[in-house]
Order: sequence, then structure tokens, then C-alpha cells
Amino acid sequence: MRLIPALLGATAALALASGVSAQETRGDSGHLNILYWQAVSILNPYLSGGTKDVEASSLVLEPLARYDQDANLVPWLAAEIPSVENGGVAEDYTSITWKLRDDIVWSDGTPLTAKDVVFTWEYCTADGTGCAQEGKFEGITAVEALDEHTVRITFAQPTYFPWVAFVGAQSPILQKAQFQNCVGAAAATCTEANTRPIGTGPFVVTEFLANDVVSFAANENYRDPNKPHFATVTFKGGGDAAAAARAVLETGEFDYAWNLQLAPDVLQSMQAAGQGQVVSAFGTLVERIEVNLTDPSPSLPEGERSTLAHPHPFLTIPEVREAMSLAIDRQTLVDVGYGEAGRPTCNLVPAPEYYASDDSECATTFDLERAKALLEQAGFTDTDGDGVRENADGVRLSVLFQTSTNAVRQDFQALIKSWWEEIGFEVELRNIDAAVYFGGDAGSPDTIEKFYADVEMYANNFEGTDPTSYLAAYTCDKIPSPETQWQGQNINRVCDPAYEEMLAQFQATGDQEERSRLARAMNEYLTLDNHIVIALVDRGRVSGHANSLGGVVLNTWDSELWNIADWYRIAQ
Amino acid sequence: MTDAASEPTRPGPGGTARPLRPEPPAVRDAATNPWGDVWRQFRTHKGALLGLGFLVFVTLFCLLGPWLWPVSPGALDVRNKDLRPVYHLLWDGSARVSWSHPLGSDQLGRDLLAQLIAGGRVSLAVGWTAMLIAMLIGTLVGVLAGYFRWLDGILMRFTDLVLALPILPLLLVMMLLFRDPLRATFGPATGIFILIVTVIGATSWMQTARIVRGDVLALKEREFVLAARSIGTPARRMIPRHILPNVLSPIMVSATLGLASAIITESALSFLGLGFPSDFPTWGKLLFDSTDRMADFPERVLWPGLAISLTVLSVNYIGDGLRDALDPRIRGR
Amino acid sequence: MLTFAIRRLILAVPTLLFIGLVIFLLLELAPGDPMADQPLTIPPEVREQMRQALGLDQPWWVRFSLWLYQIAVVEPQVLIDHLFGTSFAEGKARIISWQTKFPVMDIIVQRLPQTLWVVGMAYLVGVLIAIPIGIISAVRQYSAFDQIGTFVSMVGFSVPTFFTGVLMIVIFSVNLGWFPSIYNTQLRVTDWDSFLQQLRQMAMPVFVLALYNASQISRYMRASMLDNLQQDYVRTARAKGMTERTVVLRHVLRNSMIPVVTVIALGIPSIFGGAIITEQVFKVNGLGQLLIIAINANDLPMVQTLTFMFAVLIVLFNLIADILYGILDPRIRYD
Repeated sequence: MRLIPALLGATAALALASGVSAQETRGDSGHLNILYWQAVSILNPYLSGGTKDVEASSLVLEPLARYDQDANLVPWLAAEIPSVENGGVAEDYTSITWKLRDDIVWSDGTPLTAKDVVFTWEYCTADGTGCAQEGKFEGITAVEALDEHTVRITFAQPTYFPWVAFVGAQSPILQKAQFQNCVGAAAATCTEANTRPIGTGPFVVTEFLANDVVSFAANENYRDPNKPHFATVTFKGGGDAAAAARAVLETGEFDYAWNLQLAPDVLQSMQAAGQGQVVSAFGTLVERIEVNLTDPSPSLPEGERSTLAHPHPFLTIPEVREAMSLAIDRQTLVDVGYGEAGRPTCNLVPAPEYYASDDSECATTFDLERAKALLEQAGFTDTDGDGVRENADGVRLSVLFQTSTNAVRQDFQALIKSWWEEIGFEVELRNIDAAVYFGGDAGSPDTIEKFYADVEMYANNFEGTDPTSYLAAYTCDKIPSPETQWQGQNINRVCDPAYEEMLAQFQATGDQEERSRLARAMNEYLTLDNHIVIALVDRGRVSGHANSLGGVVLNTWDSELWNIADWYRIAQ
Repeated sequence: MTDAASEPTRPGPGGTARPLRPEPPAVRDAATNPWGDVWRQFRTHKGALLGLGFLVFVTLFCLLGPWLWPVSPGALDVRNKDLRPVYHLLWDGSARVSWSHPLGSDQLGRDLLAQLIAGGRVSLAVGWTAMLIAMLIGTLVGVLAGYFRWLDGILMRFTDLVLALPILPLLLVMMLLFRDPLRATFGPATGIFILIVTVIGATSWMQTARIVRGDVLALKEREFVLAARSIGTPARRMIPRHILPNVLSPIMVSATLGLASAIITESALSFLGLGFPSDFPTWGKLLFDSTDRMADFPERVLWPGLAISLTVLSVNYIGDGLRDALDPRIRGR
Repeated sequence: MLTFAIRRLILAVPTLLFIGLVIFLLLELAPGDPMADQPLTIPPEVREQMRQALGLDQPWWVRFSLWLYQIAVVEPQVLIDHLFGTSFAEGKARIISWQTKFPVMDIIVQRLPQTLWVVGMAYLVGVLIAIPIGIISAVRQYSAFDQIGTFVSMVGFSVPTFFTGVLMIVIFSVNLGWFPSIYNTQLRVTDWDSFLQQLRQMAMPVFVLALYNASQISRYMRASMLDNLQQDYVRTARAKGMTERTVVLRHVLRNSMIPVVTVIALGIPSIFGGAIITEQVFKVNGLGQLLIIAINANDLPMVQTLTFMFAVLIVLFNLIADILYGILDPRIRYD
């Protein structure tokens, strides 16, 4: 019964809209159906960093500023973006002062104040909250309300990229009145607040069914009286990417589907049905092969496998890694796996432009002969005629190549295996359940951090436009090891003082030119010069929307639904 | 033939006294060769013969296939990807086909015929082995629990426990504990094979056990069993001679269904990343991987789907024929 | 029989305690971590704090005892409060899902309608189709009806639901547009129109599942009927001049039900377990989807509670099956 008035409303709105422009008043576009094939679990991004949860909550909760589709910061709840020029950022980069817009009210009608911002910081950093976004508040010593609408954030050290806290869909502002009894250990018990947060965004939650579906209605107190155009939204979850694509592109049951990671030929044939279209945009997500610089051999005692105590027998040789990179035809990988939504790359930092190195030569070169020559040069020849090269010490080029279970990754594995076998490697493939692979459980041998394999493939990115913490992962103290319970982001076990020197300089300068130069140098150290990280594909986000849905601007730097208030139904 | 009146104290269904069967079916005419009889009876069952023929054909196809069709199932040929099967020429002259890939090729240019052959070897091996393990455990547990009252409680509570265990975490734990030792001992492919077959077998015997137990509970109160017991037949002779032959038909059904579900479970495991490595095709996995492209390339789901269905169907008919042939009351009718 | 049932019910308590413990230890031992679905951009220190907030730093026996207390005491109190408006459970911590921070029992209750509508209905339909098919197939063994029935049921069982489901969607949703490909769990049946809508969205998943269930049960029914049709009591009954109908339906059927009762008793708890793949394909989002999501996210309280409730049903229905054996064949005794 609940669906019917909504549908009637939609037809009524359409009837009204014919002749008149569709983007006039709040709710005139009727009902919007969104499908995220991973269902929404919770609407509080501080308790879950999963993309699905962050993006669903972005309909309700908003940050002070966010990124637009071109990675520019735009003020959202703030009046302007603070900078050194306008005095918002201190000369020495030790504090940043945000001025809030003074016309914002929560969906319950009460005004948004600086106290809410301060509370959000207290909430996330309190002991026992288990806040997923605590990284956003790293290095902050205080967040104070200077007046009703001014907040100052003070850092322990000069921070040359201070636009992190309260920026982007991951760290929106929570309402103090609603969450003040949910701080610390109580955070998990506040079911009502976590599933029906009061926000400043264009929509309010009307029904929440965990891991299934969320219903939204237009926020009556939204700041723009003519928006949002849609009166109600159904946010459904479940199924898989293929089913989601089918529902939008072929049957037309849904208006918007997220993350359609499918083979390009499958998407194309679905798009041919004419109900909807596929949109894609590029961010910083890179599918890469990580090379293990330490020895994962099972013959080593437990606790010494994949640790610095045992360097890898052949992957520590730069020529071998370069040969592996040369023997990959990145363009074919893109054609098979991503189509329009992928670009061949050798860069770990593919964007923004001022941080990306020129990798065009590496990304387009596929040269098996040169790869073989490099292996010869490194002393690896096939002496016993079994098709696998070995060196004078009897070290065979035999690799175990692991990745998570995913159709595109398995195709990639098959292709890369065939190329590497052609230049004289022996390749064993393994695919691991994603829940284990990305789980970081110290008890499991199959996590990306433990890396009990020679090479492994996955994708990673950095949030926003600043790669500082991303590049800071490759230091000696972040190597996963038994001492750190196998936690740490330095998957490859890179440990080089020269790299750490560059990183220290990068973190200590506010000069954009210098930052660009150093970021590129670090990226090139890891990829183009040493091939420790063999980048494969710069992966765009792919989503699909119905032809009748207007106003969609795919944004990879923030929530995909960042401008949902502007979406509208195109009058037929 | 026992008259119904000889058992007046035990009312049968509907209040009427139920006639009971004293004849032990295992007592066979030993004068002629019993297996010859079984074969003669089996031959009269057309479905069973057809099924046997198909099963032999599929098995030979998979065993000898690599010699007849020496194309590696893993060989990539990206330029010849997405080829259609040659029979498409019959109705579509412009179809992209090549005699080097008679059944077509997939999105990476792997030969479908070679994949079917290689997949069949794995699927058949997994299906048969896992099914036999499940039948063995299931029958053993079922007969013991049904026959010996003192074992019933403990065995059936154990069955309840295994039924309740969530299979995915169980698999993850078994992977964690046994994958590396098995890989070290038997190599990656055989190691995974042993693990998967054991897991599927060890988690699919419960239904058989419960069914067999239910039948044994009823059987052991029948006259011929009581009679055999009263002349002092020990359990070790009672079970194979009198009990087992009478629970054969539900076991046959379980076996047929077990073969199908083992083949399918294997593909579901591959899908979850717990099965064979991605470069080992199996029928179930071929079917699963092609589901997204079903509308454009129906042959990629048709052939593996047919292979699974026809194999299961033929095993079912063989089971029917075998059951009829082994039943002395039908034999010679 | 009554004393047997009571004895078994009492015995069920330690059995279930033991099963609960085994499940808990199994989940403890399984690799995987509740942080697996969090993005890689979240640094390891933050992950560690999130784990602590879930109570993962406590030893396993503390967490097991807490869970046991919650499932045995707190959740029943919540139920009583809900039914009678009392306040026994006030201020007591309920079992909270790690992934959604939502009380586990509330989510299960939310999921019950679609699970019963789809999986339960499919089971019912499957049983109702399978029993007559099994009977007719056996009585008219090797007739055309039997041959077709055998063929359809073996194909129905051996073609996996991930394939038949998608095939149905491609045919009936994409090409013909008859049925929706996505199940709307918010639909409330209040009038004729919404009832029709409910029927339309149920049609495909129910068909796929019912085919699978019916295939299995009809095979057992047929085999068991065949066994019994050759027994001497059938000959006797016929000799006494009973009509064939009475012979088959009153005597043979009753004696053939034991394996079928077993299969059905094992099948009913699995309704509660949901149909993982079918629910996924049709986006039904019932209990099966809940379980698989929870397993993938390593949401241990959710997985533990769901599997435990599943175990309760298994123990219960196996007891019911044992009692039914005694009713179907009075010679079976357990004392």
C-alpha cells in the first residue's frame, strides 16, 4: 500500500510537469528509486566507513565542505572555504577557522550551531565509540566554538593540508541534541539515532530496514525552498552488480544504480535495451599488483614468513620486477575488465593532475622480448628446459599470485598468468573470499597484510585530494609483522631511508610546487623506477541511471549522491 | 504368506489388521549366478541402459578428451574471443566462428570444448567422490542409530549438531587448518580437491542418515527381522543381509540427488572463493561465470548445464534400474 | 510417547547449549574480521579501536557467557515486555549486530514476513505438488507421466537456482515485463491491488524454489511408494477386494511416509535459514540474505543468533519427525 500513493504522486507530478519546467518546486519530481547492491547497514558514517553506508547517510547528513566532480573544495554548511589568504587558515598552518552559514536548520527545525561541530569531534574521538573516521581527526588538539557560527580547529603540528576534518561525506556534522547520550561505549546502543539521524540534508529518513531498504522523504526544513525535486526516495539494497544493472538499464524498475563493476561487453549489451545509461568518472582508485619484497615461503618457520628477516629470493632484484611489469598488456586488461571505466596506468597516484607523474610510456609498453632480455640479464635462464627460468643458485621464478574472489580479478589473473608464463615464470593462482582477504585477521594466513604469497592484486585509493597518508604508508615502521599483530599498510615491506627522507620533506612543506615535485618523486620511486607496486588500471566509478533522471553529476571525490537535491525527473 | 490374522494385536493403518511380510528379501536363489540375474533384469530397463550408455560416454569424453582435443582449457587467445559455436552457421551465415574453436570461445578466448572436457573431469570426480563419502557416512550413521537404541541418542544429536553448523565458516576453518598441509603433501590441485570433496561429503550426509534411520526403526520391528533375531542372528550378519537391502531405495535416491548437489555445491564454493583456483574450470563454474552473458551467448550456459543435468538424469535412471534389478520380488517378473 | 517427548525436550536443553558453544567456537576460529568491509583507507590503529568498541578484546568465554545470558534471559524478557507491556528488560543490553548496531532480534522479526511469504510458500507449494506427483509416478511406474515427472524433477534439481533465477528474470522481467525483478519488502497487503502486486513479485522466486523442493521430495515419495507397493500386505488388501484407491491412499501412502516425513522435517527449519542464492537473485532480502551478509561482514552476534535459532528448529523438528514415525507406524517405539 505504501508504494501506491508514491506511484500516484509520481504520475500526478509528471502530468503537472508537462508543459511547465520540471525544476520548479520541492517534491515536483515525485519518487526516486536508488539501488545499491550492497545494502545499507547504518546511517551513521562514524560507526561504519563502508561506502554504501557513507553514501546513504549523505542524503541526510552534510559536512562543512565537500569536493565537486573536479576535485575542487566547495563550501557546503560553511560560508566559505578557509584559506591563508582569507585568514581562515593560520599563517603557520597550526589552526583552521570555519565560519558556518547562519541560515541552516536541522530537519527538526532547530538551528545548526558551532556546538554541533564541536560535539561531532568529541563524539568521534571519545574512548570506546569505535569511530571509523577517527583518522580524519588525527593531529587535532582542540575544536572550539568561537561564537554561534565559528569553529576553530587547532593542530598539534603545522598541517599543510588542513581541510580534512568535517570535509567530505565521511565526516559530516551530527546533531548534538540527538547524539549527546551516545558518546563512547553507548554509541552502539543508540539504534534510533544511528538509523534515523537528524540532519541538515535534503532528505529525512522515514523507514529503516537494516541491510535491506531505507525510505526517505524531502526535508521540509531544507535551506533551498525549491529543493529537493524528489518528494520521496527508496534506497534499496541487495543482489549483485549484474542484477542492479539489469534493474536500471533493462527493466527500468530503478532510476539509479551504484558501482556497476561488470565486464564492458555485459554492460554494453544491457545498455542497448535503451532504458538507461552508464556514467563513469575517474578518481584515485588504482588496481595494482603488490610485490612482496620478503620471502613468503611456507618452509620458513611461522613468524618469520614474509618478514624483513628473509628477503625475497628473486623479487628483490629490480630487473625481475621490471620484467614482470613489462610483460603486462594493460590496454588488454582495461578492454577485458573495465572498458570506458578504466585507463591503463603505472601510477600509484593517478590524480589530481598536480600530483600525477607522466606514466604514458610505461602504461602503453607491452614488450615480452625486453622482459625476457631483462631476466637473462639478471641471470635467469631456463637451463633444464621445463619452461621455467632459474638462476645459477637454482632459484626458480615460481610465484604464487593471490587476489580476492571477483570475476574481473579472476580474468586478470588468467591473462597475467599467461603473459608471465610466456617470459618464463611459473604461476600458481589463488583467490580468496573478500571477507577474509581484506579482513586483517591476524589468525588467518590469507590477509593482504600477512601476504603469504609472492604477488597480490587489489585496488586502493585515498580519500579527497591529498595523498599524504597514502604515501606515508611505505615506511619501515608500517611494515606488518608478528610484532604488530600483522597490522600495517606497508604491504610490500619497503624499507628505504631515501624514501622516508622524501616523505619527511613532503610533510614539512606548504609550498604547492615543492609538494607536487616530492609526491611525484615518491610515486616514481615505488612504481616507474622500481616497480615495487605494479599499477595496472586507473579505475573509474561506474554507475547507471535511467534516461528519465536528470541532474546526475558523478563525483568520485565525495559521495556519488552529493548533489541529489538537484536531481529531477525529465519531463517526457 | 502370513495371514493378517496371525498378528491381531497390532492394528495397521485405518484400524484394519495389517498383513506383514515375513519374506527376507536377501534370501536369493543361489543356484544360478545372482549377478547374472541382476544384469539380465537391468538390461530390460531401457532408461537404465540409456543412462549407463550416456554415463560411459561422458566419462570417456572427459577422460580421453584431452587426447582427442589437445587444446589447453587455460590457453588464452584474446584475438579469437567471443567466438560462436560452428553450428551457428546453420542459421546465421555472418556469425563469427572458427573451426579451431568448434563450440566457441569465452571472453578471454578460452576454448569452450576444452573447458567442458577439463571441467567434466573435475566435476565428475568431485561429484562421485563427495557423494560416495556422504552415502557411506550417512548409511553408517543411519543404520547404527536406527538399529542400536543405545547409539541412537548420541548419533542423532551429533547429526543435529552438524545440521546446525553454518557451512561457510566451517569451510573457512577447514581451509585455514588443512589447506597448507594438504598443498604441501599433494600439490595445489590435488590438495584442494581432497579438501573440497571432504568438506562437501562431510556436510551432506545428514539427510541420508536421518532417512535411513527412520526406515531402519520401522524395519527392525518387522516380522522377518524379529524372526531372524529370534534364531540368534548377530547384528553383523543381520544388518548386511536383512536391513541394508531394504533401505536401498531411499539410499539410491539420496545418491542421485547427492551427486547433483555435490556438483552444484562445488560451483557455489568456487563462487565464494573457497573452491578450486580460478584457472581450474568445472561445469558448475562455467555455468556460473556465463550467467551474466546468458542472453548474448546462450551456448556458454547450455552446454555445461546440459552436461550436469544429463549426468544426473542418467545416474537417476541407473539407480532406478539397479534398484529394480536388485529387488528379488520384481526380478523375473 | 508423551514421556518420550518430554524426555527429549529436557535433553534438548544441554544439546542446544553444546551446539551453541560449538557454533561460537567455530566462528571464533574462522578467519575473517568485522573490519573486512571497512575501506582500506581506514588506518590500522583506528581499526583496532573499532574492534575494541565491539568488545573483541574480551576473552571468548566472557563473550559467550554474555551472549548466552542475552539470548536466554534478556531477549525473552523483551518479548514479554512487548506482549504484556511490562518492563523486565529495561536498561539491559540486548544482542546488538556489529554491522548495523541494531538489535539482532528486531532485524529477524523484520525479515520474517518476506521469508515466510517466499521461502515458506515455496516449500508448501513444493510439498503439495511433490506428494501427488510421487504417488502417481509410483502407481503408474514407467508411464508417460512418470517419465516426464522424472525428467522435470531431475533437471529441476540439477540446474542450480543461480541459473534458473537469472533465466526467469531475463525472460519474464526483461523481455516480457510480467514480473518485477526486485522484491519490494515494504509492500503491505491491504487490498486486492496490493495482493496482486504481492503475487506478482512472489511468482518467480516461489516457482524456482518450489521446483527445487518438489523435485527432491517427489523422488523420495516415489521410491518409498514403489517399495511399499510390492509388499505382501498390498496384495492381501487387494485380495480382500479393496478398491485400488483405498489400497494406495490408506495403506501404501501411510507406510511410505517415513522417509518423506524425514525430508520435510529437515526442510522446514531450512525455510527459516532462508534460500541464500534465490533471495540474492530476486533481492528478497529475507533471512538467508541476512545470514550471508552477516557472514561476509563477520557480524558474529548476528551469525551466532541466526544459526542458534536454526539449531533450535532442527532439534525441534527432528523430535516432531520422531513422534510422527510412531504415529505412522505404531510398532516403532522409543522406550
